[in-house]
Amino acid sequence: MFRSFLPAIILLGVASIPFVARAATPFELKSVKVDLPDSDKMFPDGPGSDTINNNCLACHSAGMVLNQPALSKQAWAAEVTKMINAYKAPVASEDVGPIVEYLTGLKGAK
Amino acid sequence: MVENVALHHVLTRRRLLGVAGVAGLALSKPGWAQTMIDLPLPGGPEARQITTAFPQKGPMILQRTRPPLLETPFEVFDKGVFTPNDQFYVRWHWAVIPTDIDIGKFSLTVRGHVNQTLSLSLNDILHGLPSVQLSAVNQCSGNSRGFFQPRVPGGEWANGAMGNALWTGVRLKDVLDKAGVKSGAVQVRFKGLEEPVVADAPHFMKSLDIDHARDGEVMIAYAMNGEQLPLVNGFPLRLVVPGWYATYWVKMLNDIEVLNEPDTNYWTKVAYTIPDTPHASIKPGETNVKMVPINRMVPRSFVTNIASGHRVNAAAPTTLRGIAFGGDCGVASVDYSIDRGQNWRQAQLEKDEGKYGFRLWQTQFTLSSPGKYTLLTRCTNSNGVAQPDTPNWNPAGFMRNVVESIDIIAA
Repeated sequence: MFRSFLPAIILLGVASIPFVARAATPFELKSVKVDLPDSDKMFPDGPGSDTINNNCLACHSAGMVLNQPALSKQAWAAEVTKMINAYKAPVASEDVGPIVEYLTGLKGAK
Repeated sequence: MVENVALHHVLTRRRLLGVAGVAGLALSKPGWAQTMIDLPLPGGPEARQITTAFPQKGPMILQRTRPPLLETPFEVFDKGVFTPNDQFYVRWHWAVIPTDIDIGKFSLTVRGHVNQTLSLSLNDILHGLPSVQLSAVNQCSGNSRGFFQPRVPGGEWANGAMGNALWTGVRLKDVLDKAGVKSGAVQVRFKGLEEPVVADAPHFMKSLDIDHARDGEVMIAYAMNGEQLPLVNGFPLRLVVPGWYATYWVKMLNDIEVLNEPDTNYWTKVAYTIPDTPHASIKPGETNVKMVPINRMVPRSFVTNIASGHRVNAAAPTTLRGIAFGGDCGVASVDYSIDRGQNWRQAQLEKDEGKYGFRLWQTQFTLSSPGKYTLLTRCTNSNGVAQPDTPNWNPAGFMRNVVESIDIIAA
C-alpha cells in the first residue's frame, strides 16, 4: 500500500512545476462587473421616523445608525450638524429638530 | 466581456451555494434566518449580522450596507499571517462606487506641479514600471472604536477593521518621476473613483508630504495576496502607505495631483485628525486641543486561538498564539502575562514576513491551579515603543492600542 503512493508523489511533484512557471508570467488584471447589495431597512416606527427615513437614507443605509451606542442629545445634534455642514446633507432646517429628537429617543444616553 | 460572463457565473454559483447552505441549515435549526454574531462592545448594541451578500467576499460582519462597512470576523486572523482577500475588511466613505470597471478603459492621471501630465493605462502600470512587493498591515484609524469608554459615534468596530496582505504594485516614486515633480512641490493628493451622493459634498481625497510620497516605500498596488483586489477593497489600484493608517490607502486610485501648497481639503485638514498628545489621548470633554492629521500606526498584539471566557485545562500545557504588528516599524517582542501584568514572559516570534506586516507569535504555558485568569499581551516594536497598559481616548475613536486582555478559566 505504501509503495503504491510513491509514483503518485512523484507525479504531484512534476505536476507542480508548470504551476511555478505560470506564477512567473506577468500579472494580468480582469475587468470586473458586480452588483453591490442595498438595504431596505428603515428606521423603526415612531415620532419623526418618516423625517429621518426621508432625509438620511439617500446617502447611507440605516444599519450603522442603529449600531450606534447610546449618545447624549448634544452628541446626536452634533452628528446631524456634521452631516449637514461637512457632508452637505440636504436636510431642511425644520427637519433637524425632529431628527435629533428621534435619535435621542431611540438611542439617547440614559 | 467574456471575463465578465465568467465572473457572473462564479457569483451566481456562489449565491446558489449560499442559498443551499441556508436551506440546509434551516432544516436542522427551525427559525434560523440569518447568522448573527455578538461583538462585546461595552453598553452595546452587540448584535451584528454576518453577511455573504457582497461580491467577491466571504462571510463578513455587517456594520453598514451602503456605503459598505464590513468587518473581518476575528477568527480569520488565526488562520495565517495573511488575511484572505475575501475576508479582508471593507470601509467606504461615499455611496457612489463604480461596480463595472473595464481594465481597458481605466486610467490613472498624474497632474499638478509636474513637468508632464500623465494618463497611465493599467497596461502602462503593470508592464511599464518595475514591480515591487511588500507585506503590510492595513488598519482603519477607528479599528476597535467600539471599545472606547465613554463610547463615541462612528463605525462601531470590534478589532477586525484591519488586515495584512502581500501587496504587489509599483513604487509611487517611479510614477512621480515619470511625470517629473517640479521644484516647490510640497504634497501629493490622491483621489479615487468613489463619489458622494450629494454633488457639492467633499470628494474623498488624502495627501502625503512630497518626501513621504517619494520615499520608495509608498506604492500603487494592483494585487493583494497574489490576486487582483476585490472591487470593494479598491480594484484596480490602491495606494499602499506602509506603516500609516488606512485612511491614506486610497481605493480605486485614479487621480494623483502634485501640490505646491499644503492640502486644505476637508478629508486631510478636518476629518481624520487626532489630538497632538501622547497616544492621541485626551480627557472626555477636554477642549482647545491642537489637532493634527492622523499618521503613523502604533504597535498592537492579539491572541487569536483563545477567545475571552474560554476554558483551558489546569496543570496541562496551553498553547497560545496570535498576531502582532509594530505599527510604523517591525516587532521587537511580544510579551504575555498570566497574572494581570505582574510578571511578563516573552513569546516566540514566527517568521518575519516584512516589518510592516503581521508577525505571528506563539507560546506555551501551564496554569498551575484551577481558577480565573486574566491574560495580557503586549507588543514592543523595533523603535522601542510598547503598547500602553491604559486605553487612550479621543472623540473620534482613533488609534486604540492598549494592551489586550482576555479572561480564561482553568479547570
